[in-house]
Amino acid sequence: MKAASLPLDLSIADPTASVESIEAGLAGVGYIASRRIATALYMASHLQKPILVEGVAGVGKTELALSTAQLMGLPLIRLQCYEGLDETRALYEWKYGKQLLYTQILKDHLGPALGEAPDLASAMTRLEGVGDLFFSETFLEPRPLLQALRVEGGAVLLIDEIDKSDEAFEAFLLEMLSAFQISIPEIGVVRATTPPMVFLTSNNVRDLGDALKRRCLHLHIPLPDQRLEERIVAARVPEIDARLRVHLVTFVQNLRRLDLRKTPSISETVDWARALVLLHARTLDPSLVRETLSVLLKYEQDVVAADAMLGDLLGRPVEGSDGAG
Amino acid sequence: MAPAEPAHRVLEDFIRALRASEVRVSPAEAIDAHRALADVGFADRTLVKDALAVTLAKDAEEVTRFDACFETFFARREFTGCADGASAAPSASLEEIIVAGDRSALAEAMETAAGRAGAALIQLSTQRGLLTRRVLDEMGLRGLEARIASLRESEEPGDSALAESLTRGRADLFVQAKAFIERQAKLYASETGRRLRDQILATQAFTSVADEDVRSMEALVRRMAKRLAQRYARRRHRAKVGKLDVRHTIRRSLAHDGVPFDLAWKRETIERPQIVVVCDVSRSVAAAAQFLLLFLYSLKEVVERLDAFAFSDRLVCVDDLLDDETVDDAIILILERIGFRPTDYGRALEDLFAPHGARLDRHTTVIILGDGRSNHAEPRLDLMRRLSDQTRSIIWLNPEPVTYWGQGDSKMDAYARFCRVAKTCNTLKSLERIIEDVLRTYLPR
Repeated sequence: MKAASLPLDLSIADPTASVESIEAGLAGVGYIASRRIATALYMASHLQKPILVEGVAGVGKTELALSTAQLMGLPLIRLQCYEGLDETRALYEWKYGKQLLYTQILKDHLGPALGEAPDLASAMTRLEGVGDLFFSETFLEPRPLLQALRVEGGAVLLIDEIDKSDEAFEAFLLEMLSAFQISIPEIGVVRATTPPMVFLTSNNVRDLGDALKRRCLHLHIPLPDQRLEERIVAARVPEIDARLRVHLVTFVQNLRRLDLRKTPSISETVDWARALVLLHARTLDPSLVRETLSVLLKYEQDVVAADAMLGDLLGRPVEGSDGAG
Repeated sequence: MAPAEPAHRVLEDFIRALRASEVRVSPAEAIDAHRALADVGFADRTLVKDALAVTLAKDAEEVTRFDACFETFFARREFTGCADGASAAPSASLEEIIVAGDRSALAEAMETAAGRAGAALIQLSTQRGLLTRRVLDEMGLRGLEARIASLRESEEPGDSALAESLTRGRADLFVQAKAFIERQAKLYASETGRRLRDQILATQAFTSVADEDVRSMEALVRRMAKRLAQRYARRRHRAKVGKLDVRHTIRRSLAHDGVPFDLAWKRETIERPQIVVVCDVSRSVAAAAQFLLLFLYSLKEVVERLDAFAFSDRLVCVDDLLDDETVDDAIILILERIGFRPTDYGRALEDLFAPHGARLDRHTTVIILGDGRSNHAEPRLDLMRRLSDQTRSIIWLNPEPVTYWGQGDSKMDAYARFCRVAKTCNTLKSLERIIEDVLRTYLPR
């Protein structure tokens, strides 16, 4: 899916040395970043702070984290948030089944081991040692957050759609985000050897707490203007004809000015470009657009509204190329 | 690598300007901003702007305000100039600056004088005159005036010409100082004024909102409904962490010969409020109706189980209108369809029961917005009693003060007996407080 592999000189030099190198590096892995996005990444890696990425769906929030991981050559660990997500899913869990299985199997060995003990007190002492065995690393199931802290050499941690989680979980994240450490009662404090690069994404389902926002850098990705979007399409769908690309981006930019229930974002534009390439389209003619409109628009009433305006949207000259956005 | 002292001060001023334009900046974020600046330097304006934006602005609206504030604040001064310290000799007097026609030195002097006069502490736009005067005084206006006077009296050749040019310089200085203070006011004072206005609006009676304030009032209503909804309309289940559901666990363990491999945890279901709102849009409450409908619309967008009805002589369900139309159209359509006619509470209650009686059960809270003035028609207290028996509770919000209840054709005192809460509600503040009470009683917190 990515356009090009990592250029050699970038993999040697530190890709986060300057804003320009980040911009170029991201372009190298197929992510066309605006200046502000690159600056945000630069600040995040230099101040060692998490980035909170906001923007409408499909604008490239998750993709940014994926591309950064690829750029920096780090493993990506992803935590998808949802309503009711709690520590056992996000941080760690004791492998209860395994613990139980072991005790069941070892039950027969327990008798002889304890049977040699002369009295109750010494049997207790022996049992205590066994008990500690059952709450050790062997029985610990690390979940994404713990994994991210323990990776040697750092990682990119993506906490996706944080706004879908509960307030309680958000509060629980605070320790992790500010100190890059986590307390596990049975084991102690786990501290990151190399702090991971953390991305949080939000679709604004609810407002996030101030405490969380304060600990993060904030990056809002708006819908791109004409030129940026053309570059993105060119990077993502390189096989598309240049004239068709300009035409289709102009169309989408015009479409965004309509009052729609769900405005098409970048991912829809890219999908549409791919669809047009598959259909061997050379130009945008109304019947083709009408047939493929469902790639761009996700609601029936939007499709109807756009259909009615189709002549206008297509007929409008490329005036959008200088002043769109 | 530590930036020069003046740069620190500029950043502090900028952060204060941000706070004044409602970008909340905490001390921790201010420290981040300083660190960010120390890292990127001051050479590249876009870089500085972007670096500060990601550290200081924390949501999309704040980013917009940040951009605007940045452009205004750094309209004249450049970071490089400030970092290098004063460009002109600070000892240059006002006269020398004017004679030399050195605009950047003049601006520099004005900046320094403004710092001494506390121009950045401006709170309200009414302080502009005073502050302009103070800045001019700090720049040495008195000295300049004395000098002009003495030059005019002197006989020396060239002195009168000098006096002329100084007078022109002084006029120019006035213009400059005024513009400077204008900008300061725009930076630091515009939002204070707006906030003050919002505060007043929130406590002003619906009936006395002036036409020009309606727009800002609407914005307030929307913000309020969103705030309420975010707090109360989201979660359905909450896992009771660490509480074992013994019954389920034992049942599941049967498959494993009684060994409880598969644990079940207790969950608690949070009851969503089911709300029925009945809104009076008749002539007597016409002024308030618009805001009540607006509030209803905003609430409808965020509370899932909300049925909305509007009535004057007859009652109709307005759910579809609120769902499908934009807010302005919805309000106009509702008012067109049934608004501004004489009220009949008895008929409205009949209409509520006839087709919608099934919807009213013991989980339902009924909120009635109206003045209880029934134009001497039969009030149908029997239906009101049935409503109160059948539903969880009735909350009546009346735009009229309590002393008017029961006066004239008002049946409010009679209706109030069946309500759990019957209150006067004619300001946004009270509306918010009451609705919040309703939503909160459903959620264990």
